[in-house]
Formats: sequence, structure tokens, C-alpha cells
Amino acid sequence: MVSRKHLPWIAFMALLTLPIVLLYTLLFAQSVSEEVVGILPVNLTLSNWEFLKDGNIRVPGTTTQYYPNVYAVTLNTLALALTVSFLELIFSSLAGYAISRYKFRGRSAFLALALVLHSFPGITLLIALFYILNVMGLYDTLLGVIIIKVALDMPLDIWIMKGFFDGISWDMEMSALVDGCSRLQAWWKVVMPNVRNGLMTVLIFGFLSGWSEFIYVLTFISSQDYWTFSMLVYALTTGEYSYINPGVTSAVAIIYMIPVILFFLFAQQYLLRIQIAGKGVT
Amino acid sequence: MAIFLLPSFALIVVFYLLPVLLTLLISFTDMDYSFQWNWVGLKNYVQMISDPIAGKVFNNTLLYVFSTLALFNVGAALVISLITVHIPERVGQGYRALWLLPRITPSTVYALLWLWAVRQDPTALFNWILGFFGMEPVNWLHKHPWPIVILVNGFVGASFGMIIFTAALKSIPADYLRAARVDGASTLQIIRHIELPLIKWPLMFVTAYQTLSLLTSYEYILLVTNGGPGYYTTEVWALYSYHLAFAQYGGIVKFGYGAALATVLVILGLILSIAYWRVFRLKELMVEPKIEV
Repeated sequence: MVSRKHLPWIAFMALLTLPIVLLYTLLFAQSVSEEVVGILPVNLTLSNWEFLKDGNIRVPGTTTQYYPNVYAVTLNTLALALTVSFLELIFSSLAGYAISRYKFRGRSAFLALALVLHSFPGITLLIALFYILNVMGLYDTLLGVIIIKVALDMPLDIWIMKGFFDGISWDMEMSALVDGCSRLQAWWKVVMPNVRNGLMTVLIFGFLSGWSEFIYVLTFISSQDYWTFSMLVYALTTGEYSYINPGVTSAVAIIYMIPVILFFLFAQQYLLRIQIAGKGVT
Repeated sequence: MAIFLLPSFALIVVFYLLPVLLTLLISFTDMDYSFQWNWVGLKNYVQMISDPIAGKVFNNTLLYVFSTLALFNVGAALVISLITVHIPERVGQGYRALWLLPRITPSTVYALLWLWAVRQDPTALFNWILGFFGMEPVNWLHKHPWPIVILVNGFVGASFGMIIFTAALKSIPADYLRAARVDGASTLQIIRHIELPLIKWPLMFVTAYQTLSLLTSYEYILLVTNGGPGYYTTEVWALYSYHLAFAQYGGIVKFGYGAALATVLVILGLILSIAYWRVFRLKELMVEPKIEV
């Protein structure tokens, strides 16, 4: 029920939130028009989306291909995001389960470590990580970026999963063990189906974190063959030909935004959980 | 049992703990792209103290961290959550959802939107709006780079505090508010005398936590101004370290000096992380925002 005394506050919030709305309107308007005045499209057109036909982004006045194929970029980004999210899912549910269920030496030390690292910004370790990747021969590979992402997200993921495992009662597991399951079987068949919300949270968080990753891709990938969307958009924004067609750039950006928008519309409750547990982002 | 812990433990050791140690070690060398370990003792640290750029960057960092923190990560976050819990829930929720959008948008896309919005031509979003008030177009990134940098980071940063504060405000027992209303308290009085004192802990937590986040973050600055315009105008500490190591003009790579700058952040990060863990008993706070009743 909206009463009159709420109206000034609703209006004030509208004003405060207006820049966000305008920015995303601008993105959309830009992608379907030749030019934008403020946020108003001039001369509607779908020509910005033509690159979808073969995935090649053309720079006017030349036949040279300056940018990698959009579909190849999509596959790279998907590979990165999916691998990161599945590895995070498996490793963190294994570790979270052990910490939640076993008494072992060093348990509290491990937990404390995960907690301290949880607020520690991994981004400050870039130079050392660059060195390690080079020594391991993983520089300029997607695998290198994947491993680093998984490692740096691990403390938070372990923490999330441990919380979910703590919420599951012992009894179910116990009866599985009595019926002859091994620990590993009990974990997989009985406990895991009961922490679906936690798994979804880690999965979505991992996916978005891999999908959006920019700094590690920028720093640890040099060849265009391994570019992800973040690099493509970056190159379109700051590169030599960036000013030529903002329409195409915004169309690419919208394609890049699709999973984000889907999660935003249909999985907001998980995103909120991520943010509460969220780490070193501004 | 080992099978449960081994993968994550190995990853954390090799890609988290080892890098902390390596950063420290590299800071005592003059390592460049050939990865030679030439020990130079404290040379990088001596250079840091006498480096005029480092001094400028240090001041920039303070300006960046504290103004973004005060205006957005704590300020706007508090305003948004206080307003949205006092208006009808569906409307409030809608606003909070919109504020979440910048955070989950890939950084390159989000930065791109701002770059377009603040362009110098009169048809760009900022200048177009100013045009309605009869003002001349401005080249924002050149004339006012700091406000733009703070806005770009702030619109992302506000959502963290917003969510924590909102959760804390919602967990205040409704009886308190009802009792205050019965006694004739106005909304502003309720905020001032009941709600704000009750979310003291979440407020401190967000302030402390976001200080560390802002100190080490540079992604959006890299994308929007890349430290410019001109001579290190919006360069912050973490970005300076990045530039020294990975983006020097003329390809001169200074891993050693860059690592020395990073070490300052690493040590600060470790101290603050451990301090938060103690002070805020992070464990409890992550489950439920702390309320002192």
C-alpha cells in the first residue's frame, strides 16, 4: 500500500536510482540505432547486430580482421565460466563437508585460514601469480586463469558450503552409513541432494565470477585465441577502432550481459546471498 | 578424509599462500621480465619513500578510499536501506534490485556505459542533461576526473552495505518500532534513536571491510581513466603497482618495485583481515548481522 507520506521518499529514491536506469537504457538504445542523443535513439536500425551472422566484427574501410570471432570468444568465456563454477562446486563441497563433519588435527587452523583469506584481497598478488604461472608454463592459457580464479574464490566457497552442511542433521547420514554406504557414497548420495541451495549459490557465484573476469584475463592471456568477452569489450572500448561504431560495441556488450540478466531476473535470491558473503569487491 | 580436503588445500597453498611469500621475496629483487632473482636488499623500499609519484599516488589513494567510502559504500548504502525499509516492501525491493545491477554487470561493460555517458560531445548523456539547464558541454574525464571515478566506483560499491544494512534493519523486532510509534515518535526519531544505534555493528563492519576492498581495488579506475588524465591524476596505490609490473611505457617491467608496493597492501590486508576476524567475530556476522539488543 503506497500512502501519501511515502511518496516524497519514493520520489527521492527514484532520483537517486535514475543514473543506473539511464545507463542501461543508453546501452540498449545505442545497440538499435545509428546514433544516440542523450538516451534517445536516432534512426532505428538492426545493422549493429549483423556480426551475429558469422561472428566477425568488421572495421569499416578495411577487410583486415582486427577482432577475434565473437562465437569463439563466447566459447572461451563459457569454458572459463563453466569450468570455474564446476571446480569450485566440487572442491568447496568436499572441503566444506569435511570441515563440517570431521574432527581432525588442524581443523580450526584451516577454518581460520579460510576466514582470514576470505577478506584478504587476492588481486594484490598479481605479480607473484604471474611468476608462478610462467614457471608452471600456464601463462597465456585459459587453464592458468581458471586455476587462479578457483583458488582465490575457494575460501569464500568453503565458507558458504560449510554453513549449508552444518544445517543438515546427522541422522540421515548416519542411517546411510549404517546401511553400508562408504563416507564418500553417503556424502554424494544423501548429503549433497540436501544442500541444493548452497550448491546453486556456489555455482552461480562461480559462473558469474568466471564470466565477468577481466584483470586476470588481461594480465595472464596474451593471444587473441583465448580472449574472453571482457577482453573483446575492452578492446572495442579502448582500441584503435573503438570510436568507429559504438552501436556494434553495445550489441556485443548486450550479448555479454545475457547470463547476468537471466540470473538477475530469475535467481536474485542467490545473488543476494552472494553479496552478503561477498568478498573484496568495491 | 584427505580426498575431501586435498584439492582445495593444495590450491590455497600454491595460489594463495605461496604468492604472499613470493610477493615479499620479489620485493627484495630488481626482477624484470627475465625473472632473474637479483637481490637488492631494501632498495625498492628506499625508492618508494623517495619516489614523488608514490607520494602523489598515496594521497590519491586516501582521497579515493575515503570519499567513495563516505559518499557511497557507507553513506548512500545507509540512505538507500533506511528509505527502502520504510516505504512499501515491493517498491523498496525494486529499488534495491536496481542497485544490485551495477555490481553484477561485467566491469568492462559497466565502465563502457560510463565512458559513453561522460563523453565531451553535447549529445552524451551528462552533457545532454546539463543542456536542459542551459549549461555548456564539459569534457568530464579531463575537467573532473575524480568525481567521475568516485561515481563509477560508488554505484557499484553501495550495494554491499545496502544489503547488510537492510538485513540488519529488517531483523529489528517490530515491537520496538511499534512501541516508539505509540509513544509518538516520528520516523526520523525512530531512525535516529532506535534503528541507527541498533545497526552499530553492521555499520562498523561495512566501514572496515569496504576500506580494505577500496584500498586494493583498481579495476574500474583502470577501465575509466587508467590513472590519467595527465600525470598520475587518478592513479591509486594498487593501480601504480599494476602499472609498474605490467604496463610500463617502453616496456620497462619493474616486478621488484611493483612487488614492494604490493607488499605494503599485502601486509595491510593481512593485518586488517586478522583484525576483522577478531573484532567482528566474522563467523557469527556472516550468518546473521549482529544486533545488540
